[in-house]
Parts: sequence; structure tokens; C-alpha cells
Amino acid sequence: MILGIDVGGTHTDAVLIDHFKIRKKAKVPTDAHNLLNSLLQVTSTILAAEDPAGLQRVVLSTTLSTNAIVQNKIKKVGMIIASGPGLPPSLLPVPQNTFFVAGYVNHRGIIAADINGEEIHDAGARLNREGIDHLAVVGNFSTRNPEQELKMAEMLSGRFRHASLGHRMSGHLNFRRRIATTYLNSAIWDLYQRFVRDVLQFVHRQGINVPIYILKADGGTFEVAKSADYPAQTILSGPAASIMGVLSMAKCNEDAIALDIGGTTTDIAIFADGVPLLENLGVTIEGHKTLIRGLRTRSIGLGGDSVVRCENGKIIIGPQREGPAAALGGPYPTPTDAMIVLNLTTIGEREKAEAALEPIARLLGMSIAETAQLIFDQACGKIAAAVGSFIEEINNQPVYTIHEMLEGRKISPKALYVVGGPAAAMAGPLGGCLACTPFIPEHSEVANAVGAALARTTAELTILADTERRLLTIGEEGIQIPIPSRFTSEEAIAVGRERLREKAMAMGAKEEDIEIEVIENQEFNMVRDMYTAGKNIRVKVQVKPGLISGFTRGKTL
Amino acid sequence: MSKKLRKTGLIFFPAFDWAISPTHPEREERLLYTQDQVFEEGLLDFENIIEYKPGLATVEDIDRIHICVPQAMSVITESHLISAGGAITAAEKVMSKEVDNAFALVRPPGHHAMKVVHGARGFCNVNIEAIMVEYIRKHYGPKRIAIVDTDCHHGDGTQEIYWHDPNTLCISIHQDGRTLYPGSGFTDEFGGPNALGMTINVPLPPRTSDEGFLYVLENVIMPILADFKPDIVINSAGQDNHYTDPITNMRFSAQGYARLNERLSPDIAVLEGGYSIEKALPYVNVGIILAMAGLDYSAVREPDYNAGALQQSEQITRYIERTSSEVMMLWKKRGDMKKSVVGNEKYIKRKKHIYYDTDGISEQQEETVRVCDECGGLVMIDSFADTGKRIFAIVIPGQSCPVCREEGEAFFDRFQKGKYRYIYFQDRDRDIFITK
Repeated sequence: MILGIDVGGTHTDAVLIDHFKIRKKAKVPTDAHNLLNSLLQVTSTILAAEDPAGLQRVVLSTTLSTNAIVQNKIKKVGMIIASGPGLPPSLLPVPQNTFFVAGYVNHRGIIAADINGEEIHDAGARLNREGIDHLAVVGNFSTRNPEQELKMAEMLSGRFRHASLGHRMSGHLNFRRRIATTYLNSAIWDLYQRFVRDVLQFVHRQGINVPIYILKADGGTFEVAKSADYPAQTILSGPAASIMGVLSMAKCNEDAIALDIGGTTTDIAIFADGVPLLENLGVTIEGHKTLIRGLRTRSIGLGGDSVVRCENGKIIIGPQREGPAAALGGPYPTPTDAMIVLNLTTIGEREKAEAALEPIARLLGMSIAETAQLIFDQACGKIAAAVGSFIEEINNQPVYTIHEMLEGRKISPKALYVVGGPAAAMAGPLGGCLACTPFIPEHSEVANAVGAALARTTAELTILADTERRLLTIGEEGIQIPIPSRFTSEEAIAVGRERLREKAMAMGAKEEDIEIEVIENQEFNMVRDMYTAGKNIRVKVQVKPGLISGFTRGKTL
Repeated sequence: MSKKLRKTGLIFFPAFDWAISPTHPEREERLLYTQDQVFEEGLLDFENIIEYKPGLATVEDIDRIHICVPQAMSVITESHLISAGGAITAAEKVMSKEVDNAFALVRPPGHHAMKVVHGARGFCNVNIEAIMVEYIRKHYGPKRIAIVDTDCHHGDGTQEIYWHDPNTLCISIHQDGRTLYPGSGFTDEFGGPNALGMTINVPLPPRTSDEGFLYVLENVIMPILADFKPDIVINSAGQDNHYTDPITNMRFSAQGYARLNERLSPDIAVLEGGYSIEKALPYVNVGIILAMAGLDYSAVREPDYNAGALQQSEQITRYIERTSSEVMMLWKKRGDMKKSVVGNEKYIKRKKHIYYDTDGISEQQEETVRVCDECGGLVMIDSFADTGKRIFAIVIPGQSCPVCREEGEAFFDRFQKGKYRYIYFQDRDRDIFITK
């Protein structure tokens, strides 16, 4: 049995899956002040009369990290940055308590300017005097050569409770995002440590003795103890859980759209050949653009409870939400009220819905039913338009080779999966607008918990092999190893596969789930003075987001 | 430093799978480190820097300005359609006001490609700026356009294409032709009889540094642009004036390039040459992008930058001052020169020998232009390459006068193929291209 738990903003959901069938579901309100309490409640509900010995694994998706950032309940972080020549400090997303120091690694990972020990020690001492005990160390191009970041951390070891290092966050290039990511990782590290400790204690007390996994923003899982140093990876795992849930319920292996229509917003995700698309670089949270690998989503301010008003003869929906639908006692008319009037749903009190729409109908000189239809059509139209522009944006993503330019694959979804309150009412018309066959997955009320339960471990690795320098670098692992000058891209891929397998295993992946694919493989002749001096080989390998092996997607749970 | 932010479009197409030959300067690796630097600096995350995918130029776009022998697709590859397409995308984003300015960071380059194309010269097959300029005119009406070529090599292709066009000002600053390919671009190359002053050349001595470039910008380029009053300014942005460039001898820096672009404030910049792919291009391009976007570029510099070592000599400074005032004298007299250049001639001929160094082709050309006060003048070209292909082309200029048009049309109708393999008729105004 697998226990999947999603600690969401409002509800904590749990599902118990036995032989890929849902055996039990449970839902309790989330206690924002004590997430562990919610966890305890939902677990005892679902495991009552169950033998914990039958469990194979537990997967948790939690809003802990997200909430900490959104509510600004984070630690002060001291940052030490070796930015080199490029953007001035004013254009870098740095917090207070940042020290810019000497040191620079160039695009090939060659040290172009040394760090200065005295300067580093001095910065450390000043941060200590400020009472700061969480550190973030980031260098420009540190993923190409982590040496300077490692040296700086070493010089300051013992001075801080924790130090997050930039090169560990991601193999992608992007200094500004590396700064933001390392900062967030360090800022929530303390809080997350406590959470990990509590969870481990809790499961121990429950007599559960199986691997515990945490869901990441990319819809993959990692073992809880291994997650401790990378709390930033757990940011925004909520939407990821929902998308993985839809994926488990989707029957197709083709391009598809997933919509989660909530009260305030509608979240859009896209599947290409049945695989959820990832953000190019990383997720954005509270204005922080990061390198946190995450599923690519688009959120629009339109949901079942969006306020509907009429201005200059035009209906405007959202983006505000001021409470539930009028039919359920809310203060303003909403799309849900329109659906009630149109008999598309049976919730709430119809009279209240009609009364709420009446002033708008009067302004428009229409009947209440016509007004409801107009609101409903407009809501569907707006969601469909947002989906359309999202797909267009994905299809217009820049490419850098003639081959990709001419052979570029375009996403063209034929299926639409809709979850959320208004799913039943809106799926049909939305399918019509988008020329897709609409589906409403079963058990969608616990999609997040199901998604967490069935998600596999994901990982990524970036390799740069420079045969002129006879050096292979795996930035995010802090690895630099010598290679022969005749090293090839096939060998780089082989190293990548091997190291990624090790990494995934260490994160708690099951052997059968480690399905590795090469997502980047480029090889450049480096020519100096008309002679080939070596090769610059770039390889990226990943275990993409997906469901654990053995589970046939779309099979009724 | 607070500057006015501008919305900048970036069309980045490094063509990672295209090279002239494996060790050629124009190879796959050329923009690799530029991409690394642009990505690492996170420039695409700025809200006012927007990346666009290049469109594909069409054969019609090429035939609007070039006479390709025997036809466009035989002298180019897909890569050229993409780099010209990238320049066109940059223009479209600017013309539709989606962005304030745009930079086409694309390859292969184009500024050595002339009107008639028998093959590749100076790493260029087709002139991507000229293709873009004519695209703009076709879709957005007749425009006065200034092309400022800051590549280290004389922009001889662009100059040749617009030699007779009174509505296109071509200014090229470059290393003195006596010391560098293609060996042309002297101050007396000043435009054809109907477009005197519309070609401006400022040759600079080897070892000119930032100071010299910025002097010419302030004292020649900016005043001439102020007189010409272009609708659109294009920077043909070669980056081989850099002090680390392996095939040139100048001392320009990333800071210098950024300042030049800030001051010139081009509507569109298009990458041309630049072959110091590790030591210059990453920093120069970051500098140009920041400058175009109105962001602070003051911290951009090469890791090995040493201002003292790059100082230009006093002698060079004086030389550049003299050249600049010479060019300005000519510019001021441009209106009075026609009589002495033309005399009583109705047609002016010029003979050209064009060598296609990249493809090893030699071409003999005789170009005849009708002397005209109303338009750029009817142009007729007799071109014979050592590939054995001899062609004749009749070109009706954009915004042509009725006389040039009628004469050109009548001439084409009567023309017998005879010794010519192909006869071409190009009508810019009506966007007609016929091969006989």
C-alpha cells in the first residue's frame, strides 16, 4: 500500500492506494499553525483499522516551504557573492546583508580572478556580528567550476549554522536565478529541518517503518532525509501534485491540456506525449525567479468564485474573489452563480444566484438566463484564450539550431482534463472552444494526494566536458574529474547515465523507475589559431516526471 | 546610474549546426560562449528584454534586393534564410512597436554580399541588412533608412547595393582598407551620381581604441544622421574591432561597444563579424544588449581588460581628427558635387572586379546607371563570372520616376538573350522579379 498525503492551504487530503486501487480517501481541514497536527489527523483517519506493516511507502506534498516564503516567515540570510564583470549589484536580486567579493570563473570554468581570503573572512565576521547564522555563497558561472564557492564555504566553516552553495541548486546557467534560489534555500533551511525531524519522529511513533518521500516542484519525489539540504526544491509542490494526479487519471499518451479550475484561479498545465512540461529554467515564487526545476504552469485570475461585474455594458470576471458564490452566501455574483442559473450544477440556492445576477441583467437589458449564459460563455472563452496563448508561447520557444528550427515539433493537444469545482459544468464547452475531447477524471477531489502517491523520483544532471582542459564538470554535484583528450560525447553520456543513476538511487528511486533520457547533447569543436584544440561537450540527462513503474495510467484507480 | 528603460527585442540564433567549414571562423562554436554569457547573466529574465524566435526569410525577400545567379536557392542554405529571417523579425517587432528596439544576434553574417551574387565573399552569401531594409519598405512604406556599419571590415556589400539610393544612407567605420580585407572603404567612395553623400566611409588606422571610435561617432556619424533625418537607424554590428580579435588590429572594448550603442541608439542592430569568440563576443554582446535596453552596463568588462595598455597613440588621435574633418567637408559639399561628377552624361558606367574569396569566384561587372534627378536611377548590370555564367540585370529603383521605369521596362522587353545565360528584371516598387 502507498499512502499519499497532500497538505494543502485549506485541506489536507490523503489516499491509501492498494495494488493501484484507491482503498480509502480522507480529508481534514489544514491547521495552518500546526501542519503536523493535520498530518496526524488525516493519517490516523485513513490508517484506522489498517496494518501499517502493509505500507510500502509514504509520499507527502506540503505547502510548508511555499507558505514560509509567501508569508515571509523566513530566516535572515547573509550572502557572499562573487559576481565578476557583468551586471552591476543594482541589477542583481540580492537581499540586505550581501557582500560582493572578488573572484570570477568564466564561461569555460577557468578562474579569471582569484578570491581574496581576507575579504571573505571579513564578510563572515561582519555577518556574524549582525547575528546572522544562515549563509548563501554564490559565484558567477559556479556551475562551470564550483571551486571558488567551495573554497569560500570552507573558509567560513564553523561560523554559520548552515551554508547553501549556488552550484548545488541547479546545473543551469543563470546567475540572478542562482542567487535567488540559493537565498531561498538558505532562508527556509531551518524551518524545513524542523519539519523533516518532526515527520521522521511522527512516522516512527505511528509505527511506520517505510521510506518517506517528499514531492518536489517538478512532480518528482525524493526521500525525506535527502531532501533536508534542498528545501527549495519543495517550493510549489502543490500545483505539481495536482498535475501528477491528473496524469495518473489520464488515459492518453498524447498531447493534452490539464486544467485545475479553483475558486480564485485556474491553473493550466500541458502534457507533451503524455509527459508534463517543465519550466525552461525554474519556477517563479513571490517575484523570485528561481532555478528550481518545476512543472510549467500558467495561472489566470479566473475561478468559480471570481467576482462578476458589469462596466460600460461589458461583463468583467475576476480577478478578485470576495468569498463564495452568492448562492452559497457570498457577497457578489460569480461564474458559479451563472452555472446554477443555467442548471449546470445543483449546489447552493438558486434564488440567491438569480437575485445576484439580476442587477447585471438589468444593466444589459437581458433576461437573467441570457445574462447567466453570457457570463458562462465569457468565463469559458477567457480560459480557452489563456490556454491558447500558453500553447502558442510554448510552440514559439526559441531554438538554436537549424535542425530544430526546420523540424520543430509543435504541441497540439487533442484531450482536455479538467478538475476542480466547476469541472463538470465547464469541461464540455471548454473542450468545444479548444477542439479537444474533454475528460473529468474520477477521484479528482483527491487528485493532489493521488499525484503525490504515484509520482516517481526525478533527477537531472548537467555535464560539461572540455577536452582541451581534459576536465569533466558536473556542476550541481560539485564534481570535477579528469578525462582523456580523446573523450567523446558518447562517453560523456555514459558518465551522465551512471552518475544520474547513483544520484537517483541516493534520492530514494527504485531501480525500475530510473528511466533516463538525454535531453541535451551538443558537441563543439574548439578551434584556436585555425587548429582544433579540443571539444566542448555539453550533455544533460534526466529522469523525467512520471508515475511509478507498474502503474498503468488511466486505469481506473 | 538611472537610464531610460527601453523594451528590447532579442533574436538569438547561433546556428549551432552550421559552419562554412570545421575550422572556419564562421563555425558552430562562434556564438556558444555568447549564449553562455547571455544566459548566465540572466538577461532574458528582464521584463524589458524579450526573446523572439527568428522567422524564415523567403526567396521573394531575397529577390527583392539581390540578383542571385542562377537563383536564390542555389547560392544559399537554410541558415541564410534564418539569419535574414532573424533580421526581418527584429524589424517587424520594431516597426509594429511591440518593442522600442531590437538586436538580431544571428549568423551567418551578410554585409559583404553585393547586389549580384555568384557565391560567398567575406563569409557572406546574402546581405541580411539589405534584405531586411527592403522588407521594411515593402511592408511599411518608403522609409529613409540609415545603416551604420561598425564592423571592422568595410561594409562593401551594403555600400554597393545602396550606392545609387538617395533614401539609404550607408556609413561605414572600419580598419583602413590598405591594411585589411576587403581593401576598400576610403573617404572618396561617396555614393553614385544620383546619391552623392549617401555613402560615407571613415577608415580608421590600426590600433584605434574606444576614444577614436567614439570621436568619429560624435563628430561624424551623429552630425550626419542629424542632417539626414532617417526614419530608421540600423547598426550593422560587427564585433571584430575588439582588441582580442584574431583577424583584425583594433583596440575597441566591450565598454566602447556599449557606449557606442547607447549613443547611436539604433532601432535595429544586426550582428555581422566578430571572431574573438571567447574573449570578446560574450562581453561585447552583453554590453550591447544592456545598452540597448537602457540598463546599467558600467560593470561589463573583459576579465583581462587593461585600459592603459589599450590607449591609442597621440598620432592616431590626430589622424582620426583629420579624417573626420575631411569627411565632414565632403558631406557639407555633397549638394554641389553632381555637376562636376556627371558633366553632360546621361548614363554613367562603372566597371568592377569582384572577388568571392570564400568561394574563390572572380566576377567582372559593368554597371550603368541613368543619371536622374527624380529617383535613384535605372540600373543595368552586365556580369560575367569565371564560373562561365554571364548575366544581365535591369533594376528599377524604389520610388522610381516614370522615365526610369518606362526606359527600364522597354529595355527589358526588347532585350535579346544572346550571350547571356539569364536576364533578370527587378522592380522594387512593384515587387516584381522576373528571370528570362
